[in-house]
Order: sequence, then C-alpha cells, then structure tokens
Amino acid sequence: MLYIECPYCGLRSQNEFAYGGDGTVKRPTLNKEVSDKEWDNFVYNRKSPRGKHVELWHHISGCRQWIKVQRDTVTHEIFKTVSADKEI
Amino acid sequence: MQKYSVFSLFKNALKGHKDWEVAWKDPNPKEEYDVVIIGGGGHGLATAYYLAKEHNITNVAIVEKGWIGGGNVGRNTTILRSNYMHDENGLFYEKGMELWRNMSQELNFNVMFSPRGIINLAHSDAQMNAYARRGNSMKLNGIDAVLLGREEIKKMVPILDFSENVRFPIFGGLMQPSGGTARHDAVAWGYARQADSMGVDIIQHCEVTGFDVVNGKIKGIQTSRGNIKAKKVGLCVAGSTSVLAEMLNMTLPLETHLLQACVSEPIKPILDHVVTFGAGHFYCSQSDKGEMVMGGDLDGYNSYAQRGNLPTLQHVLTEGIAMLPFLSKLKMLRTWGGIMDMSMDGSPIIDKTHIEGLYLNCGWCYGGFKATPVSGWTFAHTIAQDRVHDLNAGFNLNRFNTGHLIDEKGLGTKTWIS
Repeated sequence: MLYIECPYCGLRSQNEFAYGGDGTVKRPTLNKEVSDKEWDNFVYNRKSPRGKHVELWHHISGCRQWIKVQRDTVTHEIFKTVSADKEI
Repeated sequence: MQKYSVFSLFKNALKGHKDWEVAWKDPNPKEEYDVVIIGGGGHGLATAYYLAKEHNITNVAIVEKGWIGGGNVGRNTTILRSNYMHDENGLFYEKGMELWRNMSQELNFNVMFSPRGIINLAHSDAQMNAYARRGNSMKLNGIDAVLLGREEIKKMVPILDFSENVRFPIFGGLMQPSGGTARHDAVAWGYARQADSMGVDIIQHCEVTGFDVVNGKIKGIQTSRGNIKAKKVGLCVAGSTSVLAEMLNMTLPLETHLLQACVSEPIKPILDHVVTFGAGHFYCSQSDKGEMVMGGDLDGYNSYAQRGNLPTLQHVLTEGIAMLPFLSKLKMLRTWGGIMDMSMDGSPIIDKTHIEGLYLNCGWCYGGFKATPVSGWTFAHTIAQDRVHDLNAGFNLNRFNTGHLIDEKGLGTKTWIS
C-alpha cells in the first residue's frame, strides 16, 4: 500500500487516489504552430524512468484536487508531494 | 545434441542419470558477433532460435542481465490465444498459434501445449453484439471463434456464478476453442537448448551498460562483462526497454507498469477452460497441479518493482469471486509481479530504428507470452533481412506519428480510462 501525503488533506492511502501519469509532460503552447514531433512527445512519448519519477495523482475520493508526487519507481518511496501548480 | 525421448529417459535412468548433457552451455562472451540479442527471455531466445533456424545466422549472442527464464517468461499466466479483431493482431497471433501447435515436436521439448479453449464472458446484450463482431472478424482471418449463449456456457463451465440476482449476470460469451495454455518455463528452456545447439551463445548475468553508435550505425554494446562488437543488435527486454532507450537517447511511446498474477492452493480438477470475466479484468485457468492461476489489472502507476501491491490484488480477486464464488474459500499459494512495457495503444512494436543495425521489439503490454514464438519469428526476419515482415509491418514505431494506431481495446497505459 502506498501512503501519499496530500498537500490539502494530509497522509492518505493510495485507495483514495487515481493515477494521472508523468507530471513533467507539458502541452505545447496554445495559439502557436505545433510540430508533429512536439505533439507526439506530448501525447505518446514518455521517459518512464527507473528511479525518481514526478507524477500526477488525483485525490478523487478525497478533496478531488490534482497533486504532484515525486516517487521512486523501484522502491515506491515518496520523496515529496506538492499541489499540481507547483514545480518539484 | 542429445535427443529427449522415452528411450533416452529409460537409457539414462539405467545409468543413474549421470550422462545427461547440459541443456545449454555457459560461455564467456566472444569479441564479436553478427547479431547480439539483448534479453534472454522468451522473445529473445525465440529470436535467436529463428535467426539460426530460418535465416542460417548462428554467430549470435543472447545477453541476459539475470538468468534464462527469470523474467516475464516465468511470470505470466501461460495463456495462448489469437482472439483479436484487427487484422494486424489477428493474423500475427494466428501465425503464433500455428507455431505453438508444433512447438513440442520442433524443439524436442514438451511445452505441455494444452488447447483447452478460452472463453470471454459477456454480461450484457451490447457486449454480446461486440463479441459477435469480433468473432466474425476472427473467422474472416481464419481463426476459430464460437459465440456461446448462456445455457451453452452453463453446460461447459457449470462452476461459474449463474445466479439471476448478481451485478453482472452471464449473457453468453465468445470462445476460441484452439486457445489454451502452455508450460512457460519449458518454452524458455526449449528455445534456449535448441538455440545453443545451433551455435548461439547464451550469456547470463551480463548487464548492458551502454551502446557504441558511430555515425548513426550500431557498432557494439558495453556490458558488465566487457565490450562486445556486433553488426546488429536487437532489443527484447520488455519492461526494461525504456532504460535501454535512455542510453540511446530515444524516448519511446512506452511506460513500464507492474502486472500481478497469483495461484491458489491446488484443488481437484474443476475448470477445464481458460475463462475471462467480461465486466472487468480477470482471467482464470487451472494448472495441471490443480492450482487456480489468476490475473487481471496493472497496479496502475509506473513501476519497475517486480513486486505487487495488495489493493490491486484485492480488486482483481473481487472480480474473480464475482465470476467463480468458490474462489473465496481457497487459500492463496503464491503471488508475484512482472514489469510490462505498456505501449500507448496497447499493441506491440517490432521494427527497425533510426539507428542502422538496431532493432526494437517491445510494447507487449499484458500479452507477451502468447506472442513468444511469432515475436521471435518476425523479429528474426526483421533483423536478418533488415526489413519488416508483412506480419509485423503494422507494429511499426512510426504509427504513433502517422496516426495508424492499433487500438484493439483502447487499452494502453491509461487503464483507468476503460
């Protein structure tokens, strides 16, 4: 069981959260010409690192806020959690 | 190579089993190979075997970080099937079924191929319609498919929950009678033994640490046991693909996720098909030892742990009990996990890359085991001929750029969508 520190609610079990994938992916800037490569990187291509990973989680059965989590993908150790608008 | 048969067994028994040859050698890496396959799992071993057998390329090494059969080829639920709707998948996996049928004879190794039939249960009229459509598509591709009604399934698998007042009543199902199971370890060992006998070096406990690429062309690999020169290199490393891709400065449409499976304590024969729950993600068969072999969803977040987490297991087994209520009375014997290379459209990638002489075999998601022979067969062709075979032409890396996705179930890494 993962225990995730929600920045709004405190420490909660993973059962309250839904996973939202890689948190470092940025949508190409709006109102600007987007190349196919940029779009591919946004939609499909992922680094999927073995080790520290910044990811989004949705506290769907709690405060319903999106949060950013830095977690180790091998040991599942969680180093840091912040609200989704902040950088880790 | 010593042939395995009832006579050799008898002969060796009389001699106290002292004269058996080793099934495969344990060589040190040579300085150079024509082809180096990274990853000594089912797919890597099959690739080396077909390179030798079909393409006469025997100066081949398989480089494996752990040991033969220790990865996903020993961690799956042993199910074989080709019940796909899309042509790319259907034709590919049906070639695989053809290879499965002859595998024990071809490899002179009993892989315990058991075409007991696989039944996907349907729990609504809409699902029955979708299954009828998939079954018809399968038949057009020459794959056997039978649409079954509730009463027919009740006769075949009476142990399923046929009560009226359940959340997901059984309406019927789609069966592929030729689907089934095979003994996964034997597949790895059988391919390893034959590949070794044709001259392939199986190098275990040898981790790849880097690649030598000069002017866009592969020259060799760096490993924990020294540098190895190679004219061609094939990647068959499933969940570790993204780790090797990073060494090559490639970012792939993959995420590595963890998939669990489990077996119950052994019981008397009760289930003689492979059955899948249609209202969620759960599948079950009974092994020859009597264990109920079960699996289902991913843990749901990026993971290289090779070890699962209990909430997912609880979720999967809840579905299991909805389908087979007697499971709740059984004790769990073992649970385990493997790391899956989940592609973004749920279909595999077998292709060349932008680096000359470097070939990619990945994206197997939930279904790598059944693909073992055909993946090796097509990947060997792709490497040997330096061009893809018709059967894996659709599984190209470029499809994510051109939009020709093969979204069989719309299942990729984002399992929460479905």
